[in-house]
Amino acid sequence: MTANGWFQILLFLLIIFLITKPVGIYIARVFQRERTFMDPVMRPLERLLYRLTGVDETQEMPWTEYAICMLLFSLVSMLVLYAMERLQAYLPLNPQHFGAVAPAHLAFNTAASFTTNTNWQAYSGETTMSYFTQMAGLAYHNFMSAAVGIVLAIAFIRGIARRQMETIGNFWVDTVRCCLWILLPACFLGALVLVSQGVIQNLRPYDTAKLVQPMQVPKVDANGKPVLEPDGKPVMDTVTTQTIAQGPVASQEIIKELGTNGGGFFNANSAHPYENPTPFSNFFELISIFAIGAGLTYTLGLMTGSQRHGWAVWSAMAILFLAGVTVAYWAEARGNPLLKGTDQKASLLQPGGNMEGKEVRFGIADSALFATVTTDASCGAINSWHDSFTPLGGMVPLVNIMLSEVIFGGVGAGMYGILTYIVIAVFIAGLMVGRTPEYLGKKIEAYDVKMAMLVVLTFPLVILGFAAISVMKPYGTAAILNPGPHGLSEILYAFTSAAGNNGSAFAGLTVNTRWYDTAIGLTMLAGRFFMIIPMLAIAGSLARKKYVPSSLGTFPVTGPLFTTLLIGVIVIVGALTFFPALSLGPVLEHLLMAAGRTF
Amino acid sequence: MAPGLTSRRRAIWEWKIVRGAILDAFIKLNPRRMMGNPVMFVVEIGSAITTVLLFRGSPAFKFNLQITLWLWFTVLFANFAEAMAEGRGKAQAASLRKARMETVANRVTGDGNETEQVSSSKLKAGDLVIVSAGEFIPSDGEIVEGIASVDESAITGESAPVIREAGGDRSAVTGGTRVLSDQIKIKITSNPGETFLDRMIGLVEGAERQKTPNEIALNILLAGLTIIFLLAVVTLQPFAIYSGTPQTAFVLVSLLVCLIPTTIGALLSAIGIAGMDRLVQHNVLAMSGRAVEAAGDVNTLLLDKTGTITLGNRQAARFAPAPGVTEQELADAAQLSSLADETPEGRSIVVLAKEKYGLRGREMAPHEARFVPFTAQTRMSGVDLSGYEIRKGAADAIAAYLERNGKALPPGVRANVEEIAHAGGTPLVVAEKGRGALGVIELKDVIKGGIRERFNQLRTIGIRTVMITGDNPLTAAAIAREAGVDDFLAQATPKDKMDLIKREQSQGKLVAMTGDGTNDAPALAQADVGVAMNTGTQTAKEAGNMVDLDSNPTKLIEVVQIGKQLLMTRGSLTTFSIANDVAKYFAIIPAMFAGTFPVLNALNIMHLRTPQSAILSAVIFNALIIVILIPLALRGVKYRPMSAAALLRRNLSIYGVGGIIIPFIGIKLIDMLISYVRLA
Repeated sequence: MTANGWFQILLFLLIIFLITKPVGIYIARVFQRERTFMDPVMRPLERLLYRLTGVDETQEMPWTEYAICMLLFSLVSMLVLYAMERLQAYLPLNPQHFGAVAPAHLAFNTAASFTTNTNWQAYSGETTMSYFTQMAGLAYHNFMSAAVGIVLAIAFIRGIARRQMETIGNFWVDTVRCCLWILLPACFLGALVLVSQGVIQNLRPYDTAKLVQPMQVPKVDANGKPVLEPDGKPVMDTVTTQTIAQGPVASQEIIKELGTNGGGFFNANSAHPYENPTPFSNFFELISIFAIGAGLTYTLGLMTGSQRHGWAVWSAMAILFLAGVTVAYWAEARGNPLLKGTDQKASLLQPGGNMEGKEVRFGIADSALFATVTTDASCGAINSWHDSFTPLGGMVPLVNIMLSEVIFGGVGAGMYGILTYIVIAVFIAGLMVGRTPEYLGKKIEAYDVKMAMLVVLTFPLVILGFAAISVMKPYGTAAILNPGPHGLSEILYAFTSAAGNNGSAFAGLTVNTRWYDTAIGLTMLAGRFFMIIPMLAIAGSLARKKYVPSSLGTFPVTGPLFTTLLIGVIVIVGALTFFPALSLGPVLEHLLMAAGRTF
Repeated sequence: MAPGLTSRRRAIWEWKIVRGAILDAFIKLNPRRMMGNPVMFVVEIGSAITTVLLFRGSPAFKFNLQITLWLWFTVLFANFAEAMAEGRGKAQAASLRKARMETVANRVTGDGNETEQVSSSKLKAGDLVIVSAGEFIPSDGEIVEGIASVDESAITGESAPVIREAGGDRSAVTGGTRVLSDQIKIKITSNPGETFLDRMIGLVEGAERQKTPNEIALNILLAGLTIIFLLAVVTLQPFAIYSGTPQTAFVLVSLLVCLIPTTIGALLSAIGIAGMDRLVQHNVLAMSGRAVEAAGDVNTLLLDKTGTITLGNRQAARFAPAPGVTEQELADAAQLSSLADETPEGRSIVVLAKEKYGLRGREMAPHEARFVPFTAQTRMSGVDLSGYEIRKGAADAIAAYLERNGKALPPGVRANVEEIAHAGGTPLVVAEKGRGALGVIELKDVIKGGIRERFNQLRTIGIRTVMITGDNPLTAAAIAREAGVDDFLAQATPKDKMDLIKREQSQGKLVAMTGDGTNDAPALAQADVGVAMNTGTQTAKEAGNMVDLDSNPTKLIEVVQIGKQLLMTRGSLTTFSIANDVAKYFAIIPAMFAGTFPVLNALNIMHLRTPQSAILSAVIFNALIIVILIPLALRGVKYRPMSAAALLRRNLSIYGVGGIIIPFIGIKLIDMLISYVRLA
């Protein structure tokens, strides 16, 4: 670990701290329909949209209607994307003349993936998707799934803040305002910043470059298996030209981070120089991932009238973030203990540590930071290969997602995720002060606990359930590229990433198969909607409740004590669920590596 | 503390109760009864599975047998905890039941002049009965005719008899109590099996016990955690098979039972029953567990001034003589006028004169003294002696009296009167017919000792106190200040009281109050916690959700504390139970897989001897901790009045941090022991 590395990590956290308040205030103003500097531009547009769609912006919805609107909206968007993928050959903006996205289970998987803000990619963008599908299909979902996440968090916060009310807002109005006031302007500016760093933005056909030095590569058949000579040696092809993919990247890149979507334009995601060319663009992308999630903690404090609570939640997130990044950075900077006699120390001449699967222009610190941030949030963009991390370093992203991505979290999803944890923490510990549990003046009762437990249950159910089937069946194990505990980590990671709507891949798993496309697609849908519905039910139930004024006898949800409690509950509930599985995956792999066995 | 209170407190491990509880623990194994407790039901199913597998024969028989036995012990210990709590209640019910003996009642027939003898169990609501001295009151009712002294010790434990009379707020009588003197006619108010005593017995036995809202919510949380751990354990087997280290059902069930929150699952209902029980120990009967929970949540206490904040009556505190009169003369006259005055105020004047001025009681006969009692018309009392007349009374009444005798109230006296009234006292002017006004006696409410400190305690736990009084606002304010209550309601009518409760409730606050009169009934019903005094009317008792058998309104504070203690015990043991899992993982996970992957012994941070002893130790710890915590569940965690933040810090460090550390120590000790005696 180097001073420079730590400087970057701490500078990153400092900037997140500084933007939390302004972003939070802005978000609160947008959703409380207060005046903002964007009004002169956006308000006429907003009114026009409502007139065209017949939305009554004064009409509020109870949680059930809010949920139904959200589900219908997501369903229709998902079907449209599916159709677009299958029909892209007949649609415009397809200079590479890509055919339909096939097979059907891949198209389903991708449609589910982008609808749920997961952006799990079982395909390579530059060899599968036309510009039209990328822009009108995938980028649309990047905006909409992010907006849906944010408005759900706002609906939940309203539920806490409101007293004896049936409604929690209007889904259409919230979504429109989120896009017009927050996502579109921020992305417009952000894309320009990225372009300034060299991120491309065009609709050109792919470039072809002549290689300076022709290369020999193994020939593969239609199934991707190497073609062998009769004597067992692989048949080699000589390659003299290289195709350089182009496209409208910057506009997609910024929403990928800001909306914590994570689906790269290119297969290499943020490791690709056209997506993430410079250390500054890397830093900027990292900030974008946390920006809205951090701001929402302030929005929570503001809308519920307890800023100190908002900061207590922020602190819990910041501490968990620091813990994760410390372990990941330490594990990666330490390098591989088996490479005895090799200099793995960082110096002026080399980044040191475990550089396998990492970009030289980012080095250890920025790769560990990126891996932590992208999984703290449900982003899933990557600038290094998590599969190539050391076992402990690779466990950090896995555990981050297993904790439900509540460390700043996916836009909105992180907020309603941590609110669910808070409901549980308050319920368990609240009794210890001698009152029935209450959270910011709202009693937490049987119904709320039931719904919170449904949210919490969904996660282990789909992750452990599908992973268990995968390791037992040949169609599951056949996809594993590495044997032993590393293979288990790969499967666990895939389903965890899907359930958490993260979308980052550990890689090392052939996921474009009927089983994995379908199972992961279902996991993504469950991880999103099975959690959102009970969560909205809690919001509706809280909104209906009376407010209990606070006194000295009220359970404190501010200050270091609450922060500690919240961290404890997140870690214990998360860790207790997944510890057995982890012990056979990354933990075992780490211990075996120390003993000299690798996979 | 009432005598009944001490007699009702019992030791935790009373052999008679323990014996009954052991038997009950087996009876409760009936799966249909276990289903109400999802956590323990899962343990029972697990035990049944391992038992079946054990009989089918398996390798490692000695280990598997021990696991199976300890799993059954876990279920039995949980049942035992519940049976212990119920047993303690039953023991209390048994003493009550003695009072419910069948008696013969004299029922008034048809025209009302004749009576017939019927069994007390045949009496229905509306029947009229006659009860004479020495007889038991056959059932709950209301006196419609007569007055009697009644021995209620069977219910209250209080041996001093109480007066019950027709009309007013002291007309209710309870079945099973005994009339000591006189004869009364009672209108029966409850049907057979529904009497107060029946309900009490049902409540303390826990037979009618329904889960409270918070208990239901907690059960949902525990069931949810159980399902999560079930998922974790069920899916662990495929992962283990994939890793080439499949596990036996014994080990998997052990892991599951150790992870699910058995500690709190086992003790949850015992905590609830014990909470009700603790109220009974304080001679308070809660009509539902919900009321006990609500008591913990109370934000505002409405306290009647008289009897709660102040001693029953005002007492003379000072003599303020008129100009030209000495204090000694005034005291002398005041004493003379009060010697025959049997009211508490009158007696306090005599006491003050004696203590402060050394005036002893005098023989009145030689003076041909004639005592003039207080009447509503004159609003004065006093004494006529040979030659002169002394009167004492309210300032305006005395002024009128003096005017009739051609005198006026001197300005000095009037000033004293106003000064006393401003300070919250009650001025009594003393006058002699010949000399005119002699001065003023200051009567003051005497604040109960220690009450101020209790209100301070309540304030630290965030509870607001409101004093209810019929006094004028000036007097009320002065007493409120002196007693340290947060607010007061002066010249309170029942409607004012009701409005106050509704106002507090509309702000989301929970209100507790005490009351005894029929006109308190609507407010008692409206309040979230309404404690009716046992001396009160039947209507009041029915309106409230608790009855204080000692009729001590100050007890409301204890009721709140018991409610809080109940909730704290529940939360603390839940936290403890969940925190325990950390250590159990470190015991069981390495033990499961270290056989195949010796490197996993790095997780065996307790250095448990063998995999088998590690698993066995965790299971044994998990079972024993239930028994060890039974006294805590029954007694409740220690309650100290402090702010919620301080309480949370304290309980989180004891039960949260302690819950993580203690099992590490416990499991290690058990492991050392079973390795030593070579059980595994």
